[in-house]
Amino acid sequence: MTIPDELRYTAEHEWVSISGTVASVGITDYAQQALGDVVYVSVPEPGSRVTAGEPCGEVESTKSVSDIYSPVDGEVTEVNEDLEDDPALVNTDPYGAGWLMRIRLDPDSDDSGLLTPDEYAALTKESE
Amino acid sequence: MSTSEPGPADPAAAAPDAVAGAPDPAAEPAAPRATPLRAVHESLGASMTAFAGWLMPLRYRSEIAEHQAVRNAAGLFDLSHMGEIAVTGPGAGAALDYALVGSMSALAPGRARYTMICAPDGGVLDDLIVYRLADAEYLVIPNAANTAVVAAALHDRAAGHDAKVDDQTAEYALIAIQGPHAARILAQLTDISLDGVKYYASHRGTVSGRPILLARTGYTGEDGFELFTAAADAEAVWTALAEAGADDGLVPAGLAARDTLRLEAGMPLYGNELSAQVTPFDAGLGRVVVFDKPGDFVGRAALAERGQAPARMVLAGLIAGSRRVPRHGYPVTWDGVSRGTVTSGAPSPTLAVPIAMAYLDPEVATRARGDTEGRLAVDVRGKPEPATITDLPFYRRPR
Repeated sequence: MTIPDELRYTAEHEWVSISGTVASVGITDYAQQALGDVVYVSVPEPGSRVTAGEPCGEVESTKSVSDIYSPVDGEVTEVNEDLEDDPALVNTDPYGAGWLMRIRLDPDSDDSGLLTPDEYAALTKESE
Repeated sequence: MSTSEPGPADPAAAAPDAVAGAPDPAAEPAAPRATPLRAVHESLGASMTAFAGWLMPLRYRSEIAEHQAVRNAAGLFDLSHMGEIAVTGPGAGAALDYALVGSMSALAPGRARYTMICAPDGGVLDDLIVYRLADAEYLVIPNAANTAVVAAALHDRAAGHDAKVDDQTAEYALIAIQGPHAARILAQLTDISLDGVKYYASHRGTVSGRPILLARTGYTGEDGFELFTAAADAEAVWTALAEAGADDGLVPAGLAARDTLRLEAGMPLYGNELSAQVTPFDAGLGRVVVFDKPGDFVGRAALAERGQAPARMVLAGLIAGSRRVPRHGYPVTWDGVSRGTVTSGAPSPTLAVPIAMAYLDPEVATRARGDTEGRLAVDVRGKPEPATITDLPFYRRPR
């Protein structure tokens, strides 16, 4: 299981990469392993408002369905359209080609609640 | 993310709860039993999960790939969590005739039958496969979650018959090899002539020199075999099969693939389609109830009445009209009104759409067949998703 150093995480097993005013979001390697084969990903339409901690989409796998929570406040600018035809990218490359969406951060968006890689690693250990 | 997972007996309930965060208080007790093949699964890197009190492989890599291997080549399953209850003695056949809804005294030695054990009110306590190994020797295979209940019921119901009931689950391992390549892989290792083994027949022999009871049975919709071995022989038999099949597409397959395979094949799962609240007739399996057998049997009066009465529900197949998956417990609606409940649902690897089984109001099941207006839907977490009704099974193997 990998937890890249350069990303931030949530307790809901999402990763966030903030570059300037844009956050890229996906689910972690830990999450994709726990879910098994992902067969469908639903994310908000570009232009939608999302709020940190609020559900904004879902991931369907063979065995279960999981809510996606927005890690930040902002507006969705782009979604990963490749997942429409190939949702298994979430399994094969969760931190790369399996990204879910990009969000333009609100000016007052507060990312202090996001977890560091160490904090996230500790959290996944607890769950085991 | 937070994960919602279907009902208690579905292998889905065995999905790791780690994603959901807090452990489910209704989850398995702390120390599930290990099968004799635990070390093999762990060396293969399986995701292990607690299921019906046992630590079982959920998947090894991709459950979809495992499912497709069983459809196109072969898969190897550890089913050692299933129960093995021996019923022996001169009165064994009569005892089982009384205890179960089928006619076990009429079963020829060397043959097996799918049957059920019911409560006096006709509710299903478990579905079973019963092997008649010899005139006075039967082996009853209950679901793992029901082994103790079935053993206790058989013990009670055998009282007054010259028969002994013995739960031998701990002594056995059960390995299944399933799929179109299963017979030719197994043939390399066994002294049994597989061409002579009919569907639902069993033979004693060896695999790789180890004594086994082999049966042409399964829960996948494919041709295949189930091998009962001594617990101590399980690893040798598993490894021999894995090696013999390695170049023929055989892969180990876990509970997740087993569940989608049986769902495509339209086979019921206890805890989903079957429970103490439904009778065999409700599940469309009234044919397992044999009334013209000698003597009384538990549930006879209630089942006779149920079998005569109009159906109170119909077990139907549903094909989803969207990619959101109908899952265990979701309401099925007709014109927006709840008229049924999903019992099992999953994305079908073969059909590439979500499929489900559901209990429907019989009137709705009839009207849904001619429906072209999208009146049938599944309430998927608050949003209606269109569905169409279809005959079971969803998948029938080419012959």
